[in-house]
Amino acid sequence: MDSQDTAAYPLVRRAGLSGILVSFGGSLNEASNRAALAYRTAVETLKLEGVVETMASLASVFVRFEPSLLPHEKLEAELQELLVAQDWLQAPLPAGRRFWRVPTVYGTDLAPQLAEAADAAGMSEAQAIDSLGAARVRVLTIGFAPGQPYLGSLGQEWDLPRQTELTPMVPRGALVQAICQFVLFSNPAPTGWRHVGQTGFTLFQAGADQPFALRPGDEMQFEPVSKPEFLKLCEDDPMHGGAAAEEIGA
Amino acid sequence: MSGLKILRIGPAASVQDMGRPGLLGQGISQGGAADTLALAEGAALLRQDPGLAALEMGGIGGEFEATGPLRIALTGAPMTAALDGVALIWNASHRMEAGQRLTIGAARAGVYGYLHLGGGIATEPALGARAVHLMAGLGRAAEAGDLLTAGPDPNSEAGLVLAAEDRFKGGELRIIDSFQSHLFAEDVRARFTGTAFSRGSRANRMGVEMVSEGEGFAAEGQLNILSEVILPGDVQMTGDGKPFVLLRECQTTGGYPRIGTVLPCDLPKVAQAQAGAAMRFRWIGLEEGLDAQARYEKAWKALPAACRPLVRDLAAIRDLLSFQLISGAVSAQADPFATGESA
Repeated sequence: MDSQDTAAYPLVRRAGLSGILVSFGGSLNEASNRAALAYRTAVETLKLEGVVETMASLASVFVRFEPSLLPHEKLEAELQELLVAQDWLQAPLPAGRRFWRVPTVYGTDLAPQLAEAADAAGMSEAQAIDSLGAARVRVLTIGFAPGQPYLGSLGQEWDLPRQTELTPMVPRGALVQAICQFVLFSNPAPTGWRHVGQTGFTLFQAGADQPFALRPGDEMQFEPVSKPEFLKLCEDDPMHGGAAAEEIGA
Repeated sequence: MSGLKILRIGPAASVQDMGRPGLLGQGISQGGAADTLALAEGAALLRQDPGLAALEMGGIGGEFEATGPLRIALTGAPMTAALDGVALIWNASHRMEAGQRLTIGAARAGVYGYLHLGGGIATEPALGARAVHLMAGLGRAAEAGDLLTAGPDPNSEAGLVLAAEDRFKGGELRIIDSFQSHLFAEDVRARFTGTAFSRGSRANRMGVEMVSEGEGFAAEGQLNILSEVILPGDVQMTGDGKPFVLLRECQTTGGYPRIGTVLPCDLPKVAQAQAGAAMRFRWIGLEEGLDAQARYEKAWKALPAACRPLVRDLAAIRDLLSFQLISGAVSAQADPFATGESA
């Protein structure tokens, strides 16, 4: 079983009683994320009887299925066949992507772990704000909570481990950081990541025509604003806190 | 439309059904009743679809008034229940008339009790289901003053009882390998199954903490693992190596490593374990797991046929009380002939 660490990707592994996980890499990497997004679309297109649902995570595709309709061996063979059909690491990003610019307060009482994160990254707070605020990141996957994006990749200086103890609660719109990524929180939740910024962005509205604001492949930048500016933006635009989106051309 | 008005309610009650499969890719776990077997039992007792919604009550029930005639069933963690002050049998279906009051007290064993209505609870579906999903912000906990409206009920049969599978006191949990099991050293895995756990104080619809004596169960490179899909039943180790068994309302992805996955058919046992209940894990292979799950699903399908008429139905109990047979009952101390002689 230890060979799974060193075996060449892609890897096809079992997940629980009725899931298969196809992984394109064991660490965060632009190409393996693109591969996961494209491969998931291809699995959906197969419309295999017995497949219940699929999702793409950072570098993997998860397939949940009904083993009494579709035995493990049969699904694994189908997925292997699809794996060799093309070079998934060269697959293009999905069409219809958007670029979101989101006003963000870094630090202050609204995002109290900036100083700690800056310190861990070997920067001053001002340097950390410049670095994080200038980063244009991609929605790598949606997960953990409704419409909630994992965003990356940040530079290696931001390859910070998760905390050993959970931060008991961060609010909706919290921007948290670990392992070269951001997560933007859609609901208040505990987290092992550090709360470095705060936005007024709503990711999920249950009753809306389009309940989920983001799609995998969208890009985002968290532009630094002062706390008074931020509070004014949230007052004027309670749903998105002054965020704006534009289409990304093909 | 008939229904129940909530007069009083415990803090952890919510409308639940089988949840919302298909939204994993949007970050929404399936959710639904913590004990789905209880949903199936209620449906069998009311001769209706297990997909209908019921009220899930964590730890304690509440007080309800019928706005019209309706059928109810009580399943899951056994709680004290009475209709207009007359005790009701748990794991059974009953009839209520307009104005009658149902009181449901604390759980005598287990955690989650269920109140089912004939026709189901007809709240407005959101994203394809009625299940309240607190983690996702879909719906909210039930509150006093809420009206639980029943859907159309084509059936009128009541007064059935079902012998419930006892899943209310912890016990053995069968666990299978998952894609991160190999991150745990063999000796950690062996120690994990050799350890006596009890349910910790941190538990909700998302997951249940397991506590034990001795050191934690950490994986190699624990804090730098790529976030990956989470399944209900996954046993996740937090940073300090404490296991949590994740339930149906868990997050959809996470970075804390999972040592393995508890079988879906053993999850009601996890959800229903009271704080302090003793539990152990046992590794099994995929084939054994699939067999166990298949047997469980077969037993679900047999529930409607397992329902039996209550020997004394509600009306009979009321008659008995009105005749004051209880106060006239023979006591162990009394001389049975004494009263007769004095007459």
